[in-house]
Amino acid sequence: MPLNGARSAPAKPGPNARKNEWLARYHAAVAKHPERKQRFSTLSDLPIDPLYTADDLPGFDPEQDLGLPGEFPYTRGVYPSMYRGRLWTMRQFAGFGSAEDTNARFTYLLAHGVTGLSTAFDMPTLMGRDADDPLSRGEVGREGVAVSSLADMRILFDAIPLEAVTTSMTINGPASIVWAMYLAAAEERGIPFGMLGGTIQNDCLKEYIAQREWIVPVKPAMELVVDSFRYGAREVPKWNTVSISGYHIREAGSTAVQELAFTLLDGLEYVKWGVDAGLDVNDFAPHLSFFFDVHNDFFEEIAKFRAARRIWAREMERRYHPANEKALLMRTHAQTAGVSLTAQQPYNNVVRVALQALAAVLGGTNSLHTNSLDETYALPTEEAVTLALRTQQVIAHESGVSETVDPLAGSYYLEHLTNEMEKGFEKYRDEIDGMGGMVAAVERGYPQREIVEASFHFQQQVEEREKVIVGINKYVEATAGEKIPVLAIDPEVERKQIARIAETRATRDGGRWREAMDRLRAQAKARGELMPAFVECARAMATVGEQVQVLKEAYGEYHDPGYF
Amino acid sequence: MKRPIRVVMAKAGLDGHDRGVKVVARALRDAGMEVIYTGVHQTPEQVVETALQEDADAIGLSLLSGAHNYLFPRVAELMKERGMDDVLLFGGGIIPEDDIVALRAHGVERIFQPGASLDEITAYVREAVAKRRGQPA
Repeated sequence: MPLNGARSAPAKPGPNARKNEWLARYHAAVAKHPERKQRFSTLSDLPIDPLYTADDLPGFDPEQDLGLPGEFPYTRGVYPSMYRGRLWTMRQFAGFGSAEDTNARFTYLLAHGVTGLSTAFDMPTLMGRDADDPLSRGEVGREGVAVSSLADMRILFDAIPLEAVTTSMTINGPASIVWAMYLAAAEERGIPFGMLGGTIQNDCLKEYIAQREWIVPVKPAMELVVDSFRYGAREVPKWNTVSISGYHIREAGSTAVQELAFTLLDGLEYVKWGVDAGLDVNDFAPHLSFFFDVHNDFFEEIAKFRAARRIWAREMERRYHPANEKALLMRTHAQTAGVSLTAQQPYNNVVRVALQALAAVLGGTNSLHTNSLDETYALPTEEAVTLALRTQQVIAHESGVSETVDPLAGSYYLEHLTNEMEKGFEKYRDEIDGMGGMVAAVERGYPQREIVEASFHFQQQVEEREKVIVGINKYVEATAGEKIPVLAIDPEVERKQIARIAETRATRDGGRWREAMDRLRAQAKARGELMPAFVECARAMATVGEQVQVLKEAYGEYHDPGYF
Repeated sequence: MKRPIRVVMAKAGLDGHDRGVKVVARALRDAGMEVIYTGVHQTPEQVVETALQEDADAIGLSLLSGAHNYLFPRVAELMKERGMDDVLLFGGGIIPEDDIVALRAHGVERIFQPGASLDEITAYVREAVAKRRGQPA
């Protein structure tokens, strides 16, 4: 299959001359009436021309570059009928306070039409620490729900039909440990693993690149991910064992191209490690899912999603020639850009979210979370979450954009941007492949530094008002701004969670717990299979912190090099 | 001769949101200050120890995790215990207005909220440190 070969064909002279003629007239007009800006560029600072025509797509071959929906290279979507068959999954990320609080929010969301659950854990859980760890002070239940053992997991999903709803769990370092608790909770209710559908984020690479919720150094973290691939493909076949995430990379300040490139290169690194570990790419690659940010620049974002599918299919085909076509499909979740929301004039956020969500849908996302207007203050209130969900429902049912597949294909500007995204990816691919792949690049801090540069550049553009943020550097209101309702977390949550852990430790079967922990320790030391040991630890009521401690003892810890 | 302002930029607790702190660290460095960035996941004790070791004029603490009502007062308390009365404590992050009032009473001189400009922060640090040194900014 030719890789972008089509684009090197020379442009036809005829139309070029016609455009040059137009450009002369355009420049004459601009000389008389200057444009609004000296320079036009996307949010990520890719230059934008005044006009795009067929001349900007030299050698463009719809057959090669787009394909048809559900066909290679999947630029137009991974499924033939896309939203005509089934709308994207409306999956609202939720979690706060205690397991009881979050269970109530899940039940509320399901009653209001969400079609998938997504769990936000609190910082201690994400960092693999129990609520009673000294470093957890002040953080329990604040940024998500506290889950320290199976006791919490049972309450979190109480009365929720796990066999019918897919559940996403946003957790990385301790992902396998928490996934094992979910499996154990389902098992207690008699639901076979084969019926469970969902996703664990489990993307360790972007933790070092952007999100910083690591527990062990890079290489052992990669081994943990591969371990979950092996177990998932064998025991929980409907589960996505990783959600390769650009979201946090973008939120940390990257450009759209960097988000795209680093995410897909992370994905290719996981595939390489899986294959090197002896797994069959046809078995595990179909269980890889993706997660992208969707930011303010409407066309740039749509182009990013379309390019991501095309690049993934081309790279997977070129590198592995998988027999299973599903190994070529980039299925993705999307979330509107938290970082684009402003505390000032917070109702403007509703509009930002709607535009971003529309871009994600026009980009062909498979699943979507819309942020709430109050998220620059705290976790969202029930009212704010409902409005965010309704935004998706209005797009789905009223705007008409979901009635045909990939309606923007063939737009000169959009196809140009899609090509630019792919070119940007190729530059980073060659750079990072040259370093020996993403693990090596992360160890030397390359993507980390690229993001720092980009975020500083953007901030300077904001300060210079080259990039406008309404309510921040233009149309600023002198008054302190509207007071909107903000969700408060009861400080009692921390105390109660600590008490629950104490009770778990006091009442569990000590012999079974010791045996399970010993087995985990032995497997970790021998670099053996870990998932079955995590599942047994979950059944034996071992806590997240206890199991993570075993991993740290076996593999060491990672410390922030603090690039800035 | 005036020695350059030394600032320890810090992340305490489990919070991993470090975009803002790095942008500010970079801006202060570009403005001629000596900046030490601790990296994420520091304990309050580590932050204060770093500031002592580095003979810092100021500590800038960034928090977006909601744990500010514990971590800011704890850092302030440790600074007092170590006799660092001449060191400026300021901060930034997702911190509600009502909490800022309470944190000020604990000795956090100024907290910048989202949307603050780099020029504003740089000018503030320069002036606040000069005031503590008894020098014109």
